[in-house]
Amino acid sequence: MLRLPRFALEVPETVGQALAALSTSEARLLAGGTDLLPNLKHRLETPSTLVSLHRLAALRGIALDEGARVLRLGTGVTLATIAHDATVKVHAPSLAEAAASVASPQIRRTATLGGNVHLDTRCRYVNQTALWRSAIGGCLKSGGTVCHVVEGGQNCVAALSSDTVPVLVALDAELVLASLVDGSEQRRTVPFARYFRSDGLRHTERARGEIATEVRVPLATGPRRATYVKWRPRATIDFPLVSIALRFDLDGEHDEAVVTDARVVVGVLGSRPRVVSTAAAMGLRMRDETLPERVAEAVWRECKPLENVPYEAPYRRTLLRVLTRRAVARLARVGAVGAT
Amino acid sequence: MTAGVGARHRKVGAMERLRGLARYTDDLALPGMLHAKILRSPHAHAKILSIDASRALAMEGVSAVVTGRDFPVAYGIIPWTRDENALCVEKALYVGDGIAALAAIDEDTAIEALSKIRVDYEPLPALLDPEAALASPLSINPHATKGNLHKHVLLEFGDVKAKLAEADHVVEGEYFFEGTTHAAIEPHCALASVEPDGLLTVWSSTQVPHYLHRELARVLELPARRIRVIQPPIGGAFGGKSEPFDLELCVAKLALVTGRPVKLLYTREEVFYAHRGRHPMRMRYRTGVTGDGRISGVDARTLIDGGAYSSFGLVTTYYSGQLLCAPYDFGAYRFDSTRVYTNKPACGPKRGHGSVQPRFAIEVQLDKAATLLGLDPIELRRRNALGHDTRTINEMAIGSNGFLACLAKVEEASGWKDKRARLPYGRGIGVAGSTYISGTNYPIYPNEMPQSAVQVTLDRSGRARVLSGASDIGQGSDTVVAVIVCEELGLGLEDVRVLSADTDLCPVDLGAYSSRLTLMVGNACLEAALALRREVTESVAKKWSVAPSRVVLADRMAIDRESPERAVPITEAFEWAESEHGLLTASGSYKTPTDRHGSYRGGTIGASPAYSFTAHVAEVRVDEETGEVELVHVWVAHDCGRAISRTLVEGQIEGSTYMGAGEALLEAHRIDARHGGVHEGPSLLDYRIPTSLDTPPIDAFIVEAPDAQGPYGAKEAGEGPLHSTIPAIANAIYDAIGVRLDRLPFGPPAVLAAIEERRRREREGTLAPHKADRASDTPRKGGA
Repeated sequence: MLRLPRFALEVPETVGQALAALSTSEARLLAGGTDLLPNLKHRLETPSTLVSLHRLAALRGIALDEGARVLRLGTGVTLATIAHDATVKVHAPSLAEAAASVASPQIRRTATLGGNVHLDTRCRYVNQTALWRSAIGGCLKSGGTVCHVVEGGQNCVAALSSDTVPVLVALDAELVLASLVDGSEQRRTVPFARYFRSDGLRHTERARGEIATEVRVPLATGPRRATYVKWRPRATIDFPLVSIALRFDLDGEHDEAVVTDARVVVGVLGSRPRVVSTAAAMGLRMRDETLPERVAEAVWRECKPLENVPYEAPYRRTLLRVLTRRAVARLARVGAVGAT
Repeated sequence: MTAGVGARHRKVGAMERLRGLARYTDDLALPGMLHAKILRSPHAHAKILSIDASRALAMEGVSAVVTGRDFPVAYGIIPWTRDENALCVEKALYVGDGIAALAAIDEDTAIEALSKIRVDYEPLPALLDPEAALASPLSINPHATKGNLHKHVLLEFGDVKAKLAEADHVVEGEYFFEGTTHAAIEPHCALASVEPDGLLTVWSSTQVPHYLHRELARVLELPARRIRVIQPPIGGAFGGKSEPFDLELCVAKLALVTGRPVKLLYTREEVFYAHRGRHPMRMRYRTGVTGDGRISGVDARTLIDGGAYSSFGLVTTYYSGQLLCAPYDFGAYRFDSTRVYTNKPACGPKRGHGSVQPRFAIEVQLDKAATLLGLDPIELRRRNALGHDTRTINEMAIGSNGFLACLAKVEEASGWKDKRARLPYGRGIGVAGSTYISGTNYPIYPNEMPQSAVQVTLDRSGRARVLSGASDIGQGSDTVVAVIVCEELGLGLEDVRVLSADTDLCPVDLGAYSSRLTLMVGNACLEAALALRREVTESVAKKWSVAPSRVVLADRMAIDRESPERAVPITEAFEWAESEHGLLTASGSYKTPTDRHGSYRGGTIGASPAYSFTAHVAEVRVDEETGEVELVHVWVAHDCGRAISRTLVEGQIEGSTYMGAGEALLEAHRIDARHGGVHEGPSLLDYRIPTSLDTPPIDAFIVEAPDAQGPYGAKEAGEGPLHSTIPAIANAIYDAIGVRLDRLPFGPPAVLAAIEERRRREREGTLAPHKADRASDTPRKGGA
């Protein structure tokens, strides 16, 4: 069978200890391990030390901060908990939806929110065994010098495959990162919209010594309809091959309610989520019959999937349009879906 | 629990598996055991210039390295096409071909040592397309005698040209089956150990212990009597474990070299490289039909992409044509099949060997004919039904035939007529039929010995011991023999102990393939059980001074049929019999009939003692905007002759349907020609088999048309029901949206492209909208 490479394992109990462990060597953070361990088995990386976040109780809270109008989610909370937690379902239902769509029940009970946010980018030419990769001479992300997706490409376009990231961007969420600065613990906060980079080799702004501790989701200030759409060949297990997070804020809960703010965020393109222009939706009634196609048209125009994951890119582009249109129509029809 | 024939039984060994107690090959460990790994080629085609293993051998914990030079004797499951060496000798023939093997103290050391073996390759052009391979002067397989042409078969029955010329219509179609693999959940595993007296024991997750036994002896140049093969419980096979593989030969050699037990478990990637899955086939069909829907002639040309080795390919080439001549009367038939070597993992037998691909083609052809003639597709099939106790056009003798009953069952259960008439655009229902063999009359290596044999011994404690050569690979052959013993000797299932698939202890059986076991080992077991029943009933009759025919063995009792109050426990009956006859043991064996095949060259291939029949109806919902096909429901009726154990038969029908549905909608075993011939994704994440959530509701119906050749009339059930799944789905998609999908699989992009093509033709006015008079289940314009 595929075996893990050898590594040392650190099991700190506080964020401070974890940060210290992380700073000492070529260490890599281990949360649920559902992404990292298979990647290690494929020898995509061979860190000398893994720093387990398993015992960091501080990362496992879910708290509704009414004062700050924010939902605080520890990065160590499992996806199963995010999917089923009553508070999350009320205040960030599209996030619960996305978490519930990840992989399989077993994986969701192990995988964490922080792990899913930092899920390594994926590519059909990367997520293979060492023998397989050697047969094609490697690539930018795996010991080679060429990109097999974009001919002559100098920039890795491995796909952002997290289900939660597009939703968190759509909800204007922020990520809290802890680090050690001159021996003392510091925190910084980065909006998800600015956290991801167009580089499949290093697709987040996380510095090597940082640990993401908390996801902050601002509460809606008025009526909101939000959802997450994922396409995959099978009804479970598979990573998303198309993903769209949608959010519409309305001026009221009535048939004539008008869109006052909107976010449409698409994943599985390159290594960062794409925020699609929503100008076409602003000021329209949620029930305007043209709204679904206007939004779908914007998505289709601005998003061009690549051949970095299975299923043909033109087909996935068609799906983006169809699934977006249907999702918007569904949100318009069913006031209850995603409303807070 | 009733133990007799036709009842529902708890499968023998089921509780051990459910409770995690079954010990699969990889669960076995022996003291001092080493772990082996095989170095595999990163090139699809390359000359091996040199192999330097000195750095690996110098590593602490590495015991031995072997290469192709240690295996000079070629082997192959078919004696006429021995074209494999356990490891490559001169050339690597596909990405994943085995180059060298080593044994080390643990798996991690073995993996590290592999990376220290230095191989110099001279890459050669990779021939990945069968037509290109045929045209190339570069011969792939060093043992091949006709370049890259592996096998060509051309057989004609009747005058096809004349029949097609006089047909009212000729339906022409070109079909492509991409090829699929078995995806058994247990990866191949083997363990070898040499005892002090020199006996080599190999435990392997094989479905053919006897053939493995023979080939081990051949390749290792040891007498067969010095080798023992044991098949532990197996985690799925489906044809993917039905010939020797490099791992068994390597662990045996490494055990002989090191004197220590050696184990090797394939990675999932290696399972994909070992493959032997369903062949890619390009099939061109011309089918003549008369105005009233009778098939007047069938002309088939098939190009078969074999991969780098022949495996069972000689048989596959014949099966691609020979197994098609039922359940319909063809009028006249010609098939022209060519199997070609390519630089890909070798294809072989997968459930429904050789005939699933052409069955797809012919059943879609018939659907096209029905559309053309405005006939109900079930009615068209009925009109062409071959009937029972007859011969096919290629001279195979058909005994019982429950095909019409199968058609009637699925027609009624599915609400066929109503759905055909009413289902809206976007929803559809389709039908297909099929047939399959219950084993083959001629074994893989010519001989006149029995194909199956068992020994049954009764014990005075009231138990029966069955030594059976048959490989239970989950299909339930151990249960079949146990049920037969229970039926004849009045025992409960838990009173029967079946020991199977151990070449030292059990009689020879040729293995679990071609759906041969229920009929063959069943017949052998019935012979032994009847002999024992005779001994027991005679002894009881003697005690009671009655005629032996009055003694009934049932419910662990011997009972006087005419005075049922006279009865003794079965243990007492066994004691009386053992006192009279000595040890109560009997053997039974089964030899196939030799008068049920064609008189022409090749006429024996595909000839079976008995044929099963199946009919499928599938209902689908197609999303016109995304091309996604939802399998709403499947109804399948299968004529297995007689169900020895009902739940097992239903399980085989459901499992076949599940597997066929995956092949229709999801699975494709593809090699990437743009990247040097690597597998497109040798993992279960990228090779997608349906999950339970992707599996449709299946209604499985048992139809029983008992056949004189089978035990109690039984025929096969494990492979036949797969065939018609795929064309039933294709035909249902046509009914739903009016597009023909002649290339497998019917993935959403392909379906959407076909819809767009039809829409284009509707726009230009060459086609009327499909089901224009009915409502729509899916937005009619839609799309991007």
